[in-house]
Amino acid sequence: MDNTKRYERLRERYLNGDLDRRKFLGLIGAAGLAYGVQTPFARHAMAATEEVRFDGWGGVVSEAFRKYAFDPYTEKTGIKVVDGTFGGGDEYLSRVKASQEGEYNIAHLSGVFDYARYVNLGLNSTLNEDNIPNLKYVIPKLTDVFRGVTDGKLSCVPYDYGTTGIAYNRKYISDDEAKEKGAKLLIDEAYKGKIGGWSDWRTRVWYASLQTDQDPNNATDMDAVWQAVRTNRDLLLKYWQSGAELMSLLAEEEIYVTEGWSGRIYALQEQGHDIGYIDPPNGFGWQECLFVIKGSPMEACEELLNFMLAPETSIAVAEGQNYPPALDPTKVDLGKKIPTLPAFDPTGTLDGLTFANPEYWNSHEQDWSKMFGRIQKGY
Amino acid sequence: MSVEAREKRQPWILLSPALTAVGLLLFVPLVFIVVYSFWLRTATGADQAGFYLDNWNEALTDPFYRDILLGTLRIAAITTIACAVMGYPAAYFIARSRGNKALLLLLLMLPFWISYIIRTMSWINILGVSGAVNWALLNLGIVSEPVQMLYNEPTVILGLVHFLLPFMVLNVYVALEGIDVSLEDAACSLGSTRWQAFREVTLPLSLPGLAAGGLLCFVLSAGTYITPLVLGGPTDAMFANLVFEAIITQLNWPLGSALSLMLLAVLGTLVLIYNHYLGMGQLMKGLG
Repeated sequence: MDNTKRYERLRERYLNGDLDRRKFLGLIGAAGLAYGVQTPFARHAMAATEEVRFDGWGGVVSEAFRKYAFDPYTEKTGIKVVDGTFGGGDEYLSRVKASQEGEYNIAHLSGVFDYARYVNLGLNSTLNEDNIPNLKYVIPKLTDVFRGVTDGKLSCVPYDYGTTGIAYNRKYISDDEAKEKGAKLLIDEAYKGKIGGWSDWRTRVWYASLQTDQDPNNATDMDAVWQAVRTNRDLLLKYWQSGAELMSLLAEEEIYVTEGWSGRIYALQEQGHDIGYIDPPNGFGWQECLFVIKGSPMEACEELLNFMLAPETSIAVAEGQNYPPALDPTKVDLGKKIPTLPAFDPTGTLDGLTFANPEYWNSHEQDWSKMFGRIQKGY
Repeated sequence: MSVEAREKRQPWILLSPALTAVGLLLFVPLVFIVVYSFWLRTATGADQAGFYLDNWNEALTDPFYRDILLGTLRIAAITTIACAVMGYPAAYFIARSRGNKALLLLLLMLPFWISYIIRTMSWINILGVSGAVNWALLNLGIVSEPVQMLYNEPTVILGLVHFLLPFMVLNVYVALEGIDVSLEDAACSLGSTRWQAFREVTLPLSLPGLAAGGLLCFVLSAGTYITPLVLGGPTDAMFANLVFEAIITQLNWPLGSALSLMLLAVLGTLVLIYNHYLGMGQLMKGLG
């Protein structure tokens, strides 16, 4: 809380009659004394932080962060931002788990279940939201999900969202067919050897739940789900490992249909490939966040998060990576491109998207990731 | 200190940097892995220290791991044989060529200048649906639509052969270089044909090089996980992929440690058998 706000609250209590004049002046004096004593040291404490490490997905996103957030931040605070990248969330978590506390600071993480995994491993911090005024622009539904995991507090700020929908080559599959078959397009015998799939157990189980007409956040017949995963596997050409591989397989026409990340498919469409994209009913919605890892210099990180959440930075990053920002479109003008992105919700309510329930997914993680690993290899 | 004592200590002093490096970078991590293999992964992903045999029990008794291990050894064996069949003539040609030997050896080493992953991915541009081979087949009218050549076991083996062939050629070349050419001439002068001379003289003398190349190819291919990841289909995983998955995807470091030690034990046994019969000297020559 800043000192102006502290003074305003005390004044309000005094005017409401909750404090007498003597107590009010005493508290103001104490606050002034505390401010006078701590401020010079606080400056030293901030100065002691020489750098903050940020890890993300690299590419155009990193460039946008550098230009709109990191450089202005360094200019203002004198704190350098070390910019690292990772290939996937699982790999990054392994690195963090093996690191010393404070070695990694802020990460661009995927999904609420990743947030919950970090919390379960005791790797989370607690943000002082007063130090991140730009948080007020964020869609409340996105922050609420995170608060639900950490008792109302936040260890991250939401940053963007997207969907994992169905991408198909229009040369071979019409929009009508894709719409009619939905998730079942991925287990259609007619496309045997021309189907791709992400080698991620959550996505596989999610889509198998849809293929067996079950709630992806509460499947009851897991035998049917695993059977659908096997059926999909037997029809697949390949399990892809990264967004780059997804784009290559679709662009080269190695596969005609796969589930895919909305931003990557938009990028393919921008490049001129005739790729269609639909989110089937109960399609996989997700959000990404900027997560502060335990042991990080909190004030420096919070200030950096504030820079990164600034509308001009968020919009530039969103336009670069083709995922809508977490900013509420009813509060911030998001420009021309963002409203055209897949998964974009102009209402800011995100009611049309189904997000993974972290409690449900993380409670099954150990068994299901192992089970999928076996099925993936032919079992 | 006596001269004798000083001479006795000297090799150890000279070896100490290397021994320190091996100790810190190989044995200490190995001890950590052994310790980890007896821990447990909790439901939250955190590790539970202790002495539990669960991971070892699972790794040694579950047919899933056994089958993948056997499949890995089979792929490694096929790769090794393919490397031997293709590498021997190439090594023989280089060893017996006159004048341009240095150039040929340089060409052999050229692929090492390019990242292994890039080399593996290059097959996508060659064998892919829009790749060079399909382009040629379509333009020559041999096929009417692209042939699906990628993402199966043969392409995994192809990728491994591409990666490992130079190791085989170099080892066989070193062995062939050490054989006196006049031995073949002597055999011919005693009435054998060129083929007989090769079969009865050159081939047996070059077998240690072939074995060293075979060992390297086998061990390296059995431990790979990039090639099946890039060029394999849904069910073409190898044992190292299981280790990767346990450690990275499932965050199950204890089980991943047990699995990696299992692979190490199998491959270590092979190296010991090789060492017992042929000695490591030949391998060092090839690597040198």
